[in-house]
Amino acid sequence: MKKSRVIQLLGLIVIGVLVGFGYTNREKTNAGQSITAVGSTALQPLVEAAGEQYSSNHAGVFINVQGGGSGTGLSQIQSGAVAIGNSDIFAEEQSGIQASKLKDHRVAVVGIAPIVNKQVGVSNLTQQQLIDIFTGKVKNWREVGGNNLPITLINRAQGSGTRKTFESYALKGHASADSQEQDSSGLARSIVASTPGAISYVAFSYLDQSVQAVRVDGVRPTETNVRQNRWYIWSYEHLYTGQRPNQLTKQFIDYVLSPAVQQKLVKQLGYISVHEMQVQRSAAGKVTAVK
Amino acid sequence: MDKIRESLLKKSLASKIERRGKAVSLFCLALIVGVVFLIFYFVASRGLATFFQNHINLWQFLSGTEWNPGTTGANGQPDVGALPMIVGSFLITILSALIATPFAIGTAVFMTEISPRRGAKVLRPVTELLVGIPSVVYGFIGLQVVVPFVRHTFGGSGYGILSGTFVLFVMILPTVTSMSADALNAVPRYYREASLALGATRWQTIYKVVLRAAIPGMLTAIVFGMARAFGEALAVQMVIGNATLLPHNLVSPASTLTSILTMGIGNTVMGSLQNNALWSLAMILLLMSLVFNLAIRYIGRKGKLNNER
Repeated sequence: MKKSRVIQLLGLIVIGVLVGFGYTNREKTNAGQSITAVGSTALQPLVEAAGEQYSSNHAGVFINVQGGGSGTGLSQIQSGAVAIGNSDIFAEEQSGIQASKLKDHRVAVVGIAPIVNKQVGVSNLTQQQLIDIFTGKVKNWREVGGNNLPITLINRAQGSGTRKTFESYALKGHASADSQEQDSSGLARSIVASTPGAISYVAFSYLDQSVQAVRVDGVRPTETNVRQNRWYIWSYEHLYTGQRPNQLTKQFIDYVLSPAVQQKLVKQLGYISVHEMQVQRSAAGKVTAVK
Repeated sequence: MDKIRESLLKKSLASKIERRGKAVSLFCLALIVGVVFLIFYFVASRGLATFFQNHINLWQFLSGTEWNPGTTGANGQPDVGALPMIVGSFLITILSALIATPFAIGTAVFMTEISPRRGAKVLRPVTELLVGIPSVVYGFIGLQVVVPFVRHTFGGSGYGILSGTFVLFVMILPTVTSMSADALNAVPRYYREASLALGATRWQTIYKVVLRAAIPGMLTAIVFGMARAFGEALAVQMVIGNATLLPHNLVSPASTLTSILTMGIGNTVMGSLQNNALWSLAMILLLMSLVFNLAIRYIGRKGKLNNER
C-alpha cells in the first residue's frame, strides 16, 4: 500500500468515527432544534434580539430570523415553509392570504409619525391637511402655513406594512398619490433630511434630530399618546403561526410576550409593549378599550 | 505475449482518466444549461400567469401608465401598466450609453494608440478596478453627491432619470472602455503600417483606419454596457426616486423595471396578482437581456464577415 493511500484511509476512519460519535450524542446535547422566523423588516430587530436571548438561555435551541417583508412572511407561513411569519399588518389585510388558517400573536405596537424636512417650517398639520398633501391636492408648503417650497412626497414601497398603516389610519384609507418610493425607513429618513420640501413617514424608533416630526391635530407622536389611542397612527407587530404551532414555537412566542422581553427589549428597541396598551384594535380597525 | 495482448485490449489509465474528465465537464455543462432553462421556465410560468390566470390584456400591460396592482382601475381591471418602468429603463440605458460612448472610445484610443505603455501600466488596471466596485457604493455616492448636484444645477428634487444616468455612466464606462480597447488592439498592425506608409498622420490613421476597422468590436462593447445598465438595480434604485410615473422631464422622479422589482417582491404573496405582475416585469428584463445577447452575436458575426472580405 502506498503512503498516501494509508493517509487517506486514516482520514476517512477519523471522519467516520467523528460522524458516528456526533450522531450517537445528538439527543443528549439537544442540538438541531431550531425554528425559522421570516418577514417584516420592521419587526426583525426585536425577534432577532429576543431569539438571541432565548438561545443563550436554552442551550442548543436556535432561532433563525430573516427579513424579506411582511408579504413574504405571510406567504411563507401560509405555505408552511417556516415556523413563524413576521408581519406589520393583519393577515386579513393582505390579499392572497387565508387569515383563518393562521394564528395571530401580537407582540408589540409601533407608532408611525409623519416627518418633514427642517426647511419646511411646519410642525403641526390637521389630518385633512395631511390627506390633501399625500393625495396631491396641496402642492406647496405655503398652502398649509409653511415656507414657499414645493412638496416632495416620499412614500414607502407598495405593500410595505408602514405604508399600509399610514394610508389606513393617517389618510383614512385614501390612497397616496403616485410619487417617489423607497424601500426602507432609514433611506426614507435620510432622503427627507437632505431634500428640501420632502415629507415621509417612519416608525417612532427612526425619529431623530435630522428631521422634523409633525404633530397631527396638535397631538404629539409619543408613546403615551399611542397607548391611549390619542395618536391613532400605529400598528401591531404580529408573529403569525399555523393553527397548531409546535412546542418550541409556542415556547418562543410565550417568551417574547413575557415581561423579560416586553419590559426591556421592546422598549430598548423603540417599540411599545402590547401589555401597556389601553386600547385594542381589530383587523377591521375597530378600537375598543382594554379592560 | 499474453501480457502484451492483455494490456493492448484493456483500457489504459490515460483513456479512463480522459473519459472521466469528459464526463465531469459534460456534467458541469449540463448543469448550467439545466439551470438556465429552469430559470427561463420559472420566470415565464410566473410572468405569463398575469395574462393567462389573471386575464390581464398584454397590450394594456405594455401600454398602461398606472401601476398599482393592488387596486382596480377605471376599466374594472387591476392597474398593471408597466409603461412608466419600461420607458424609464430604456431612457436611462440609452442616455447613459450615449454619454459613456465618447468617453470610453477616447480613453480606449489613448490607451491603445497614443500611449500604449502608460495605458497598459496605469489606465487599464484603474478601469478594471472601477468594474470591481460594488453597485451599492455607486448608489451611495449617487445619493450623497449626484442627487444634490442635480438638484442645485437642474432643479427638481434631484431624483430622476438624470441622476440615474450619471451614476450608470460611471458604472458602464469601465466595461465599455476595456472592451473598446480590446477591439482596437485587435486591429491588425499592418493596417496602421500601410496607412502611415501612405503618408497619413497619426490622427488620420486613428480616425480613418483604426476606428473604422474596430467598429463591430466597439458596437459590441456598447451593447455590453447597455445590457449592464439595463439590468442594474440597486444603484439606480437609490437615485431615481422610484415613482411609477411617466417621466415628464429628466429631473422628475421615475422608475425602472429593476427598481420596482426589488422594492416590491418582498411585500407581495407568491401566487397573487401583485406577485405575478412583478414576475412579468422580470420576464421583460429577461427577454431584453436575450435581445442584447442576440445583438452582440449578430454584430460579432457581421464584423467577422466584413474583415474577411
